[in-house]
Amino acid sequence: MRVTFTVNGREQEADDVWEGESLLYVLRERMGLPGSKNACEQGECGSCTVRLDDVPVCSCLVAAGQVQGREVVTVEGLADQARERGGRATDGTTLDQAKGWQAKPHGAQAAQPGQLAPIQQAFIDAGAVQCGFCTPGLLVAADELLERNSSPTDADIREALSGNLCRCTGYEKILDAVRLAAARQDEVV
Amino acid sequence: MAGTTRTPTNLTQGAKADAGIGASTLRPDGTLKVTGEFAYSSDMWHEDMLWGFTLRSPHAHARILSVDTSDALAQAGVYAVLTHDDLPTEHKKYGLEFTDTPVLADGVVRHHGEPVALVAADHPETARRAAAKIKVEYEELPVVHDEASALAEDAPLLHPGRDDHHAHEVPHPNIVHRQPIIRGDANAAARRADVIVTGEYEVGMQDQAFLGPESGLAVPGEDGGVDLYVATQWLHSDLRQIAPVLGLPEEKVRMTLSGVGGAFGGREDLSMQIHACLLALRTGKPVKIVYNRFESFFGHVHRHPAKLWYEHGATRDGKLTHMKCRIVLDGGAYASASPAVVGNASSLSVGPYVIEDVEIEAVALYTNNPPCGAMRGFGAVQACFAYEAQMDKVAAELGMDPVEFRQLNAMTQGTIMPTGQVVDSPAPVAELLRRVKALPLPPENQWESAGQTADVRALPGGLSNTTHGEGVVRGVGYAVGIKNVGFSEGFDDYSTARVRLEVVAGEPVATVHTAMAEVGQGGVTVHAQIARTELGVQQVTIHPADTQVGSAGSTSASRQTYMTGGAVKNTCEAVRDKALQLGRRRFGTFHPAWATAELLLEGGKVVTDGGEVLADLADVLGDDVVDLELEFRHRPTEAFDIVTGQGFGHVQYSFAAHRAVVEVDTELGLVKVVELACAQDVGKALNPLSVVGQIQGGTTQGLGLAVMEEIIVDPKSKVRNPSFTDYLIPTILDTPTIPVDVLELADDHAPYGLRGIGEAPTLSSTPAVVSAIRAATGLALKRVPVRPEHITGV
Ligand code: FES
Ligand code: FES
Repeated sequence: MRVTFTVNGREQEADDVWEGESLLYVLRERMGLPGSKNACEQGECGSCTVRLDDVPVCSCLVAAGQVQGREVVTVEGLADQARERGGRATDGTTLDQAKGWQAKPHGAQAAQPGQLAPIQQAFIDAGAVQCGFCTPGLLVAADELLERNSSPTDADIREALSGNLCRCTGYEKILDAVRLAAARQDEVV
Repeated sequence: MAGTTRTPTNLTQGAKADAGIGASTLRPDGTLKVTGEFAYSSDMWHEDMLWGFTLRSPHAHARILSVDTSDALAQAGVYAVLTHDDLPTEHKKYGLEFTDTPVLADGVVRHHGEPVALVAADHPETARRAAAKIKVEYEELPVVHDEASALAEDAPLLHPGRDDHHAHEVPHPNIVHRQPIIRGDANAAARRADVIVTGEYEVGMQDQAFLGPESGLAVPGEDGGVDLYVATQWLHSDLRQIAPVLGLPEEKVRMTLSGVGGAFGGREDLSMQIHACLLALRTGKPVKIVYNRFESFFGHVHRHPAKLWYEHGATRDGKLTHMKCRIVLDGGAYASASPAVVGNASSLSVGPYVIEDVEIEAVALYTNNPPCGAMRGFGAVQACFAYEAQMDKVAAELGMDPVEFRQLNAMTQGTIMPTGQVVDSPAPVAELLRRVKALPLPPENQWESAGQTADVRALPGGLSNTTHGEGVVRGVGYAVGIKNVGFSEGFDDYSTARVRLEVVAGEPVATVHTAMAEVGQGGVTVHAQIARTELGVQQVTIHPADTQVGSAGSTSASRQTYMTGGAVKNTCEAVRDKALQLGRRRFGTFHPAWATAELLLEGGKVVTDGGEVLADLADVLGDDVVDLELEFRHRPTEAFDIVTGQGFGHVQYSFAAHRAVVEVDTELGLVKVVELACAQDVGKALNPLSVVGQIQGGTTQGLGLAVMEEIIVDPKSKVRNPSFTDYLIPTILDTPTIPVDVLELADDHAPYGLRGIGEAPTLSSTPAVVSAIRAATGLALKRVPVRPEHITGV
């Protein structure tokens, strides 16, 4: 079958899709968007998290056919989406007020200012990325949290990210990253 | 899809990440990882590629009577079906230490999930369905599943006619390896003891559960060779095992590391590497294989489950007199890393304590259970759980504080290990315990601190809303552990680095090329820092890891910063010397300091040790390129004597201590770990941000083993829970805050004085949590993971 839907603001089309294919498979293998990850393909890890009509979903559990005519945002679209929201581009200014923030990165990353969404920059700055396999899903979930709750408590962050497994970090620096992004958001307003 | 391939790329760090060692510079691969562009092994893609799928055994032990692939081959879209009979050479087995693992089952399957046949098709689902059409007739055989059944008189032998290097010294052919260690006279020392404490402990089978599944892409080359893009921990070890099976010289198997989604030991053994190459060479097309999570549980080895018997004695004033122990590790159907795990378990079984009289025995068994091998902590984890439980028990028997008791017996620099090896660098065991104990405790009734009503999210049971604080008891527990760093027992454990220094667009630029597997640990970050420190340049490019450069050894045993970091440092120093020679030739006559002073490279300039600038490095280099590839070795070690266990076996030791604070709902048996503090000596923190990240990650894996993680294997040796639905790893809700106190006492034998750090925090985390649960409940708790029924007794 043919499936047509909007991905990160652009209409995309895939032909010869088998009915059993997941949204995750179509994104990764047919549309050249491998950013969403495939850690379990069982709906248990959150590494494949995307926004489907704004709602975070595990794309491995969504049949591609169900997405016909709908809107998907993946990790590849986070920066554009942040810009549209009017979020300021960020170049990784450290912010000491961020709660729980201890480590002091010496300098920020190579990315050109404005190319990353604030949550992406915060993950880099806070050391929340090790192998990075959990990162795309966590970024989509954390971005959605900050969109609806600009100053989440630690308990809020833990609850919002409880569907996303990370095996490397022990989550501490992921919490730091979300706190940092929230604090930077406050600073802009 | 745009482009025909998706493969790994160079990493460069921007101008703002310009610091050397000791600074928390950010990952050079960070931007690619947050934008989704980083190319993991499962993201590899090639036009016209096929998908490979592996048919696996549903039985743990069975004879294969017949295999019929004709229906599978007849399916539309199927390009190849391979079985053991299709293997191209007489090399049909592989293995890390012993060559005992069939590439495809050879008439017998020895564990649940063993690969039997391969399919290549134009769609993953086509491949899966075709595999289901392969008809395999099995005759089930009795299984060997524990020590009693493995060593019974009439036990079926897993590998009759063994010819490996331990075969002649083991007491039974179902014992992979046995390592005793005898020092002093434990029986005589026992007579001096005022108390003697014995205990029997058990550790369940833990899974590495790295998130990036086993996967990769094999692309057949025009020269009859193959290009292989995979996630692994050691490219050259893979290569040594792959090439003979394919019947190719090693230079025709060109391996490139693709993005690795975590490893933790689970990628030391081969998984889909040979399979993908076989299918690619057979079909003449690129072949991609990606395991799903179910298959991943069968696709790699696990942590050895263990049974441990311990006896300790102590005098009334709290001095340990002796220790006896026996450790039985279940190695499963194939050897994998079992021999080295036995060496670790035995040589580290005493823990970080001074005990002069010991009697130790560790063995690994061959059984029909899933193969076990490397996992973070590697034999030391199992021992640490048992000896730390013993320390609490002896202290209680003596009426002493468990931390003070440990400090009283703690090893120090100069202590002699049971192997006779003198610990010749700092061993701040008592100090780490002091530090972790000195950290402030989380407030009592912490679930109330946010407001008047209980926040159930901070209580055992969480959002299941099982308690508002009733029946909840707090416990605090401590533990400390010792881990070796690097490959031991006489292994020639080297690493190689190639460094190129040249002028690009007027700027001096260094390129670092190694075969080091970056698995998330941050080696690439540290390599760039080292190059900046040693060469005084700002711009460093990290070349993708591949087999076009010499071996870097394994990303395991906490060794890569020491070894490949050491290799990068070593090569940079040689490159610097060459650059300075060029400078002397070009500018030596202009300034006497070129001949007389100690010269350094700093900030893109040649400077004297007095700080005087002699020249721009760019001018010194001109059009010349300095390009060197050198090997680096740590000091040699030696094998443990097979009778006494004596020998200078380990390169370096690493220490961490934990304090766990738990709250237990004693009615339901639910545990909330409230805080898990760690103090660790790291020698020198090359990148403090990464160091803390490693400690927190390792600590969390230890927590998982303490209260949730176990692969359940039934009496027929079948795996019951191969999914993230049934095998639980800690989520962000299960993981507490992890305060970290980092100590930096240099080891003079190591580059920059650093100490390998990755594994030590995984050791003491588990026993600290269990000690805290014991403190809360008063229960003995001799097995991990601790389950609710162990607490409630139902
Ligand atoms: S891959 Fe979708 S939840 Fe794990
Ligand atoms: S960084 Fe590796 S799984 Fe999260």
